[in-house]
Amino acid sequence: MVLAIDDLTVEFATDRGTLRAVDGVSLAVASGKTLAVVGESGSGKSVTALATMGLLPGSARIGGRIVLDGEPLTPERQRALRGGAMAMIFQEPMTSLNPAFTAGEQVAEALRIHRNLPPRAAFDAAIAMLERVRIPDAARRARQYPHQFSGGMRQRVMIAIALACAPRLLLADEPTTALDVTVQAQILALLDTLKRETGTAVVLITHDLGVVADHADDVAVMYAGRVVERAPAARLFAQPEHPYTVGLLGAVPKLAGGAGRLASIAGTVPDMRNPPAGCRFAPRCPFAISRCIAEQPPLIPITADHATACWRAPLSQILEAA
Amino acid sequence: MLAVTDIAKRFGTVRAVDGVTLNVAQGQVLAIVGESGCGKSTLGRLALRLIEPDRGTIHFQGEDLGKLSPRALRARRRDMQLIFQDPFGSLDPRMTVEQAVAEPLILHNIVPRAQVRDRVADMLTRVGLRPELATRWPHEFSGGQRQRIAIARALASGPKLVIGDEPVSALDVSVQAQVVNLLQDLIRDLGLTFILISHDLGVVRHIADRVAVMYLGRIVEEGSTAAIFTAPRHPYTRALLAAVPGQGGAAAPLEGDVPSPSNPPPGCHFHTRCRFAQLRCRVESPALEAGVACHFADSLPPPAAMAEAEPGGARLAQLQSFFKEARP
Repeated sequence: MVLAIDDLTVEFATDRGTLRAVDGVSLAVASGKTLAVVGESGSGKSVTALATMGLLPGSARIGGRIVLDGEPLTPERQRALRGGAMAMIFQEPMTSLNPAFTAGEQVAEALRIHRNLPPRAAFDAAIAMLERVRIPDAARRARQYPHQFSGGMRQRVMIAIALACAPRLLLADEPTTALDVTVQAQILALLDTLKRETGTAVVLITHDLGVVADHADDVAVMYAGRVVERAPAARLFAQPEHPYTVGLLGAVPKLAGGAGRLASIAGTVPDMRNPPAGCRFAPRCPFAISRCIAEQPPLIPITADHATACWRAPLSQILEAA
Repeated sequence: MLAVTDIAKRFGTVRAVDGVTLNVAQGQVLAIVGESGCGKSTLGRLALRLIEPDRGTIHFQGEDLGKLSPRALRARRRDMQLIFQDPFGSLDPRMTVEQAVAEPLILHNIVPRAQVRDRVADMLTRVGLRPELATRWPHEFSGGQRQRIAIARALASGPKLVIGDEPVSALDVSVQAQVVNLLQDLIRDLGLTFILISHDLGVVRHIADRVAVMYLGRIVEEGSTAAIFTAPRHPYTRALLAAVPGQGGAAAPLEGDVPSPSNPPPGCHFHTRCRFAQLRCRVESPALEAGVACHFADSLPPPAAMAEAEPGGARLAQLQSFFKEARP
């Protein structure tokens, strides 16, 4: 495994008490594979990624272990590897690019720092990298500033910076959410190609189940700070075993149409300063029984590679009983 | 209900809307779709005469909105309302829920003062909120609840035409489904004529009766929802549908970006990205005829079938049936 996260917890002190944003999350990704982390706002998916990169504020209390290529990630190691062996891209490229430097200079910076390339060689390598992310006329565009690029082209520059040093791990946090759908398709296809060429392990954070279906090998579904279901992508869509996953799949309107009202999950996500005692999804779950309200279910394997945190799994039992 | 004829609007050098003609029948849900910068939001605002067109006319229930005095137009606004994307930006943080929903009632003298409170409670119940929440402030609510409040406010004056500009785009998937269901119920129960401006083709398929597809300020295709989704004719409509994720990632993505609307390509605006483009497309702008603006609409190969899989089958459908809440 390139990345192995084991029992990660992240807490923030707020003026209304402690907020446990991530509560015992374990994840793993292998070289050349894409793990999608799916969840809605507040599920803890972005905080998990930021903890991996060492980008959380100093006030965050972090527990558990994060291991990259067999070695635990300490804050020192995170600083040394960030932008080199591990890199991250964000939803809004404009806020992560420096407006005062050209695209080429920003790609070259990573190569100078992590590869010790002299400036001239770093800039030439940067142009080659911009070509690899299919920016037309890369030699000229390398001398332009971020504001001179379209949204899709800026995200390509971000990807070029992230992949310049051939990272072992790429964390992509909603990389195409701000882009138009035709441009999104280009960027996701590009990420797939580059991953195949370099063997980079990718963690793709998204709320879009269509993106997951097309681009992920494995999926972890997060709800209220915990992983509630984990499976290979094809398996998750064919046989979801957590009620939250079932509801989420039914809440997305289908392009093929049909089916009257959408399945909708009643209520809202819990206040993370004061989460429910038992299963955090129980207050919104149509299948909840008294045990669900009293006792928090652990993530238990159903098959070798499919695990769910639900006392009522396998869910076929519910249908047989009904 | 609404007839927009050859309307155009420029902002500086940007031709946001470039000669659009559109009709919406009473009780119909029309979706305007397209990517950022295609002019769909500007078109929505022009249709309500919230901004003045450079040319063209808007008839609402047979009346030329361009000929109304400012005072008459203000009075007409009770019949035409807009719901915005961002429920955080569209509610005044210094107004309680009751004040926000009551404002249009008082402004347009919809009910006597003494009945305002009851009417607000009515509206809140209708959008699925408890009337006791009327004294709270917007910041006390989640995004989904705020959008319900914004919908209650938009519907308070009893409008006949409502335009929703990406009304569910800022919401999480599970909350989005609640608000989509709510909008569908309200459209049906109140007999609303609704224009949905959206980039989310799944939501459009679910709600709309008709669809107009925009690209760089022009409508490139218009037709019934079923026809647009199962037999798209314009190459851009086809590319847009094929780009929606969740279909196996098989289709080759459209090349390049949308050109700048301040300097659109000559001829057919789409020719720079169109794999069927010929010489004529570069010089001659195609008119919207029989629902499509493409010189070669009749000679294109048949569109690829949509390949959205439903791998969960009957088991998943049965499990999901437990999630369908009873209508309020």
